Amino acid sequence: MNVFWKVFTSLIQREIRLAIRHGADSMMVVMFFVLVVVLFPLGVGPEPGILTRISAGVIWVAALLSAMLSMDRLFQTDFEDGSLDLLILTPQPLELLVLAKTIAHWLTTGLPLIIISPLLALLLNMETSGYGVLLAALALGTPTLSLIGTIGAALILGARRSGFLLSLLILPLFIPTLIFGVSAVDAALIDLPSKPQLLVLGGLLLASFALCPWASAAALRQAAE
Amino acid sequence: MAEFTGNNLTCIRGERVVFAKLTFAIGEGEVLYLRGPNGSGKSTLLRLMAGLLRPVGGQILWNGESTLENAKTYRDLLHYIGHQDAIKTVLTVEENLTFWAEMSGVDPAKRSVGEALENFSLSHLASLPARFLSAGQRKRLNLARICASPAPLWLLDEPANSLDKASVGVLRSAITAHQEKGGLVAVATHEELSPESNVLNISEFTNNMKAPKENVA
Amino acid sequence: MFNYFANPTRFLRLTSKLQPIAMVVTLITMGAGLYYSLFQSPPDYQQSETVRMMYVHVPAAWMAMFCYVALAASSAVVLIWRHMVADIVAKSTAPIGACFTFLALATGSLWGKPMWGTWWVWDARLTSVLILFFLYLGYMVLYNAFDEPTRGARAAAILAIVGVINVPIIKFSVDWWNTLHQPASVVKMDGPAIHSSMLTPLLLMAVGYTAFYFWVLFIRSRAELSAYKVRALRIRQAEG
Repeated sequence: MNVFWKVFTSLIQREIRLAIRHGADSMMVVMFFVLVVVLFPLGVGPEPGILTRISAGVIWVAALLSAMLSMDRLFQTDFEDGSLDLLILTPQPLELLVLAKTIAHWLTTGLPLIIISPLLALLLNMETSGYGVLLAALALGTPTLSLIGTIGAALILGARRSGFLLSLLILPLFIPTLIFGVSAVDAALIDLPSKPQLLVLGGLLLASFALCPWASAAALRQAAE
Repeated sequence: MAEFTGNNLTCIRGERVVFAKLTFAIGEGEVLYLRGPNGSGKSTLLRLMAGLLRPVGGQILWNGESTLENAKTYRDLLHYIGHQDAIKTVLTVEENLTFWAEMSGVDPAKRSVGEALENFSLSHLASLPARFLSAGQRKRLNLARICASPAPLWLLDEPANSLDKASVGVLRSAITAHQEKGGLVAVATHEELSPESNVLNISEFTNNMKAPKENVA
Repeated sequence: MFNYFANPTRFLRLTSKLQPIAMVVTLITMGAGLYYSLFQSPPDYQQSETVRMMYVHVPAAWMAMFCYVALAASSAVVLIWRHMVADIVAKSTAPIGACFTFLALATGSLWGKPMWGTWWVWDARLTSVLILFFLYLGYMVLYNAFDEPTRGARAAAILAIVGVINVPIIKFSVDWWNTLHQPASVVKMDGPAIHSSMLTPLLLMAVGYTAFYFWVLFIRSRAELSAYKVRALRIRQAEG
């Protein structure tokens, strides 16, 4: 157990160190997130009523797209430089290593999105009653997106046009998270309890926590063959 | 008494038979040289030995037990050096090496990152980000992995490529030391790395192949 | 038994015998089913003649799910035992399933317009079937995205297995999400709640659709096997 934990944390540390030294990656995801959201007031017109109405949906769709775009490098570099082979050959279960990478990925891309989201809610004129639920929903939803995304990221290794392919594969799988994430915030905005939706989001998170590393690990082993 | 054997191995890549009915055996302290022209399947065989590939037929045994069935314990026992060097260019030389030593799960007391860097004369580069390394230095860093944490079985794919004479000497002495400790080595190389005890010529198993009829999904 | 049929030659022999049978069953049951559903079954007291849409729509939706389960099951065989025949069955099933799904969506939409006054409703059932359609498309795209065919086969197989989680969601979406959404207007078909004059043509159509699936499956997989043989010959040619 102790060895597991040590390996687990040293992989997370290494991933975060890589993300920090590369620097630009996390920054790009956040910038993309902000830019997509900013497009909406410009596209649908700046009328506050409409923006208030669509704010939750816009933020979630933008978060979905940013999460998706950040996915394609997750295993790609390891695949290209041979690290993937060595990760598979470590005595630790590959599922555990995938989980460690997912956590690191979420910390470097998902978490910044959550932190910046209140600012975007402000730009979209969201009612203050929605802020808390938006943060809670994103906190439960973005790790699910990262987990589901790992499957796509593992499946596309070595494929032609892999970035494009990735979006085709994982966007449909993101839909349930989107539906419940948005409806949680919408419920809060009209003073209905949003607990049921948050519970479903939590359930989705637990289910993907249990299933996604397994599927991604299987896909990675196939990719290494 | 460790023994590493493969029986009747058949391997198919894509839809092509790479080799069939291949058999090998490596005993304690022995080095097995894989020979054969380019594309004859030396790398494939090494990946098969490592467990990255699954054979279509036959099995690979460590002390008589199937390596696929005991994959977790088996992976504890081996070091694999492939064509790619698994080096992250933004990490320093030492960080790269330490990371893989940690991933091996070996007790920190048994690791010897510093010694490995010393052996492959990388100590003076330890805190340098790996993107500044030359091809030969990268290769040495990759090879240093096998000394940084102990494992009885080494699978080396062209370890002497892009190494200068002195570094080949280091590699040779590392292999000799490994042999003396009872370690096993399978290596695909054109260099002389130790007195040749054991040579496997892969092209003997690749001729007269017929395209497979089944089991290729 | 499984290994017995996993032999491509035997599979080929078997399918060449079954293919005409599937064809005959398809033509008979579908012909009879269409006759019954268009002329013999009564119009619904609420939906009047539009209810006849049910006989093409509901079996298509069933087949969409059935094909997906078949796809996921053969994908599991591909991953575990790596049998070529399973791969061929999976690869051949995907486009058929996608067509059934599209048919279910399209006929549902045509039925929805007179019934609900709109072509499309974003409720759980429709959304989850739409996801099913995307999964089929994703499977086919992923399958063909690699230079090495076996890699594509296995990657797509993993996707198919992951997506199987959607099948129970489709099945139970109308029961689970009544509270969150508007009460679903999608037809609820809890078996015996339907009169036999409507059930008979519906079941006939369902058998017809299933036989049609097998008919097309046999044609497609025989074509795939031939394509495989051609590739094997080319490889042998390249090796001299």
